[in-house]
Amino acid sequence: MIEVKNLSKSYGSKLAVDKISFTANDGEILGFLGPNGAGKSTTMNMLTGYLSCSGGNALINGIDVLEDPVGAKKNIGYLPEQPPLYLDMTVNEYLNFVYGLKRCKMPKKSHLNEIKELSKIEDVQNRVIRNLSKGYRQRVGLAQALVGNPNTLILDEPTVGLDPKQIIEIRSLIKKLGKNHTVILSSHILPEIQAVCDRIVVIDKGKLVANDTAQNLSKKLSADHKLTVHIEGSEKDVKPLLEQIPDMVEVHVCREVEKRVFEYELNAKEGADIRREVFKRMSARNMPILLMRSSELTLEEIFLKLTTGDFYGNLEDGEEEE
Amino acid sequence: MTAIVKREIASYFTSPLGYVFLAVFYGFSGLFLWLGCLRAGQSDMGVVFSMMFFIMMIMIPILTMRTMADDKRQKTDQLTLTSPVSLFGIVAGKFLAAFAVFFCAMLVMIVYALFLAAAVKNSDGTFGWAVFWGNFVGMTLMGGVFISLGIFISNLTENQMIAAVGSIGANIALCMFDVISGYVTNDTVRDLLNNLSVYYKYSEFTIGIFSLKNIVFFLSLIVIFNFLTMRFIERRRWS
Repeated sequence: MIEVKNLSKSYGSKLAVDKISFTANDGEILGFLGPNGAGKSTTMNMLTGYLSCSGGNALINGIDVLEDPVGAKKNIGYLPEQPPLYLDMTVNEYLNFVYGLKRCKMPKKSHLNEIKELSKIEDVQNRVIRNLSKGYRQRVGLAQALVGNPNTLILDEPTVGLDPKQIIEIRSLIKKLGKNHTVILSSHILPEIQAVCDRIVVIDKGKLVANDTAQNLSKKLSADHKLTVHIEGSEKDVKPLLEQIPDMVEVHVCREVEKRVFEYELNAKEGADIRREVFKRMSARNMPILLMRSSELTLEEIFLKLTTGDFYGNLEDGEEEE
Repeated sequence: MTAIVKREIASYFTSPLGYVFLAVFYGFSGLFLWLGCLRAGQSDMGVVFSMMFFIMMIMIPILTMRTMADDKRQKTDQLTLTSPVSLFGIVAGKFLAAFAVFFCAMLVMIVYALFLAAAVKNSDGTFGWAVFWGNFVGMTLMGGVFISLGIFISNLTENQMIAAVGSIGANIALCMFDVISGYVTNDTVRDLLNNLSVYYKYSEFTIGIFSLKNIVFFLSLIVIFNFLTMRFIERRRWS
């Protein structure tokens, strides 16, 4: 369990992290999302005691990282952005060193073998780390975080530099670990967060902008009064019909999806549900509706909305601006 | 701490660094032994020690240059500093590892002494063990000071070369106090410089004087530099 309360960090006059608060419960995978330079790594470095915080506090299993650093660090496995590997050691030597460094009490051989198996580095275990590829180095870094079986894992962009197959493997490994560990995972790869995490914390410019599940975030931010429809029929006939619907604010013709089938984006007044009305009017004119969905946002769109500060505005506009 | 000591010692010998250090130390000490004692036919190892003092001033920075700098550059300090190890354990571990390698080099002096003592017995029967042990202890303590200073300077930079050059400069400066004091006219300042002079205190050892005062002086220097290293790591975390 990780509790973060009003955590702040300033470098000189620059505020890198500004009063962030969130909690990661036991057995939860928390996604830490933000654009580059948002303060993700700084926050993680503070959680692990590598950096001190300028204000607030971070509790790992109820132990304050600043008050009892050694006690708190015992519960943490940390994979920093750049895996902290000694390039002159072999994988086995390195893991043995980490085992000693973390003063583990478990049966050494079986514990390390289990970790090597989990992170799939058995076939490189006798090789010098300097000669390993980026993907393997990343996995050795992950293995290092698992030594001592800490119940909290803090992973800073764990899938960077891996090939697609490895990414899937690492993701499923993290999911597996998430069942009995508290995991904080940072990434700017959105599908990754979506695939792995139970809950998402979005930070931007050091500030917390959202803290919710992916579904809730999407629901909250999606304007349910916005619809995307595909209607068969001439654009010139359909558009005025749609515009006549009460509560309709704007009808936007997007493109011709198939022959004589156009995609429209309907923007009704906030809170208005126009779906039935659209159906009635179209069916009365014998214009089949081939698709109708509320424009729910994907994580990418949520992310853009949150970090560009445009919470309720029209996303299309936002994208055009960029 | 034991894990760090073990890893550091191992790293000295997985890279050429440890071997080079030992080879240079053994090579030069052997050369000076031959020139100063064997060829001159005398058993006083003072010459060997005084020559090795300068070799040490240059070689110990090579031994310590990467202790902290490399950790910073490769970001492995993120591992050690986020492990359940105290800052003291990290710094002390690095110090002890470097000191162990240095002490391995120093041990050769005992071999030389035993050899000389055995050879000398046949002629006039005495070997100056007091002077030898004075030199040996003095140089061991001096090495400790150089190592802790080297680690401190290595902690200030990410670049090993800068760490090495900086440490050599610092070592020379540390031994220059009594040279400078010769040019100082102000009595108080001169007394202060003389009292802080590392080389003067070292030279007392070389004539076989074991004063507790001097031993404490050297040990406190070691503690001070290691303490400063810890403070500077801490300061970086808070910056």
